[in-house]
Amino acid sequence: MSAISTPSANRRSDALTRATQIIGRILLYGILVFMSLWFIAPLFWMFMSSFMPLEQVGVFPVEWIPRVWQPENYTDALKFWKFGTTFRNTMIITIFSLFGDIGSCTLVAYGFARFRFPYRDTLFLILLATLMLPFAVRLIPVYAAYDAIGWIDTFYPLIVPNFFGNAFYIFICRQFFLGIPQDLLDAAKIDGASEFRIFTQVMIPLAKPAIVVIAILSFQNSWNDFLGPLIYLKDPDLHTLAIGLYKFTSLPGQGGIYNQQMAASVLMVMPVLIVFFLFQKQFIQGANLSGMKG
Amino acid sequence: MATAFGSQFSALRGRKRERWSDLSPIRKREAKFGFLFIAPWFIGVLLFALFPFVASFVLSFTKYNIVAPPKWVGFEHYQHIFTDDPLFLKSLRNTAVYVGGSVAIRILLGFALALLLNTKVRFLGLWRTLFYVPSVVPIVALSIVWLYVLNARAGLLNWFLGFFGISRIRWFADPDFAMLAFLVMSTTWVGVTMVIFLAGLQGIPEEYYDAAKIDGANMAQRLWRVTIPLMTPTIYLNVLINIIGAFQVFTQVFIMTGGAPRDATRTYVLHLFDHAFQYLPPQMGYSSALAWILFMIIFAFTAVIVASSQRWVFYQGAED
Repeated sequence: MSAISTPSANRRSDALTRATQIIGRILLYGILVFMSLWFIAPLFWMFMSSFMPLEQVGVFPVEWIPRVWQPENYTDALKFWKFGTTFRNTMIITIFSLFGDIGSCTLVAYGFARFRFPYRDTLFLILLATLMLPFAVRLIPVYAAYDAIGWIDTFYPLIVPNFFGNAFYIFICRQFFLGIPQDLLDAAKIDGASEFRIFTQVMIPLAKPAIVVIAILSFQNSWNDFLGPLIYLKDPDLHTLAIGLYKFTSLPGQGGIYNQQMAASVLMVMPVLIVFFLFQKQFIQGANLSGMKG
Repeated sequence: MATAFGSQFSALRGRKRERWSDLSPIRKREAKFGFLFIAPWFIGVLLFALFPFVASFVLSFTKYNIVAPPKWVGFEHYQHIFTDDPLFLKSLRNTAVYVGGSVAIRILLGFALALLLNTKVRFLGLWRTLFYVPSVVPIVALSIVWLYVLNARAGLLNWFLGFFGISRIRWFADPDFAMLAFLVMSTTWVGVTMVIFLAGLQGIPEEYYDAAKIDGANMAQRLWRVTIPLMTPTIYLNVLINIIGAFQVFTQVFIMTGGAPRDATRTYVLHLFDHAFQYLPPQMGYSSALAWILFMIIFAFTAVIVASSQRWVFYQGAED
């Protein structure tokens, strides 16, 4: 604080400012606590109700602690929900997409960041512009094309496009590459390294922080994706967690089994939350990078 | 990214175009490698952006059900949409409510929370994490949980509102409240917007505030005269991202209401989706026409915001 004490400042106004400061602080933390509860309460209730007996879930006023802890909600939910199959399918899609995203986006970002070529800036502007293209416009022709080449009911529509770069990840990665000092590259060039060797052996190791951010965003994207699997995967054996969970809750006769639905939701949410808590910093960084100057 | 747009535009304007033939052999080699590296994206843009973009425009003038080849019908779909599809207007109105409401919520609440967290608050990381968590939870799971949060008889929200003497609201049975329910739900998704704002706020040099204080500016004046002008690029970015996203709201509506009650929550993309993937036979052509109208609307909004940005977005040291 660079408070400039004027001669007229007296003790009374000092006490007053201190009082307003304390009230301000109390208000601040009060709002923060309230907002946290607002954000977290639904998720906390999801977790708690997943252990409740069914008759407790619909009780009013709302109860937060299970009267009896019923872990069998989980095993019961698994009986109706092909968790194993959907989990495996989701993993396959997520992992392949992850590699596709990392490979293509680092490559393209490096191209935009480190080489001069005609129309580079125009092309980069096009890249940014594709971020604004609504998915609804692309949906139907892409679906029709996949249908024509027999890719409906395969994982390809959910994996292959990731090998052609994602505009947002490319943007993030390019920002990062631009920040790497040119000297490092010049040194490698003088040593006679080829462009691809410089890329794989100098740039990729240096870009690890950006790659982690892309990996997390890509993971989250595939894991949470709903619309893609909904239209491309009709065979129940190919369903992903997101679709499986949706189908589970809308099964005829299953509509009322809230505690099991919550158990199933917890199962789907857990991996994402674990990854989030492990890589919190990178999650925040990912969001930050999108707001970064470039 | 907002700045990226600005600087890319000015770079394009300022630079004289390089011709391939003008390049020295070394520069030609460099350019070849550049093209090689960006090739995956370039192919991808042609396949997954340009092709569908053009194709959906063409399809919007046809009757197309996937099984049989498209049949040309001219402007029939557009005419039908504007004159004979009451759900078009209804879904557009519902979507407009969602866009207006959720963008305002994201920007105002996101900015407010970021301001609070930027006051040298204790446990910054903890608060930020708590506010961010709902944004990483899969939307399917959130939708299922929120169905019970918004349950009229025993839901958390009605329980909470009860403390303020508000009697039970039948969120999804009452057409007047159904869209509002989705807006309430969207208040917990301000995490990403908040984090972007917070990063922007942390980037404002302390000296600016010190100088303002010396000039006798009070807190409101510092907010209005220092913080907000310096944050305009970030506000611009967040408004743009959130508007484009909000226009396409789909998943939670599809899962939670499917458009009920009485189409009060039928959003634009849900309407479009139903025509393409729910109705039999699929009306892909009609759906494409709907998609193109949506594109034009989003494009118009984006264009207005981008064009107006020169008046209200201030770049610090904009020179590259």
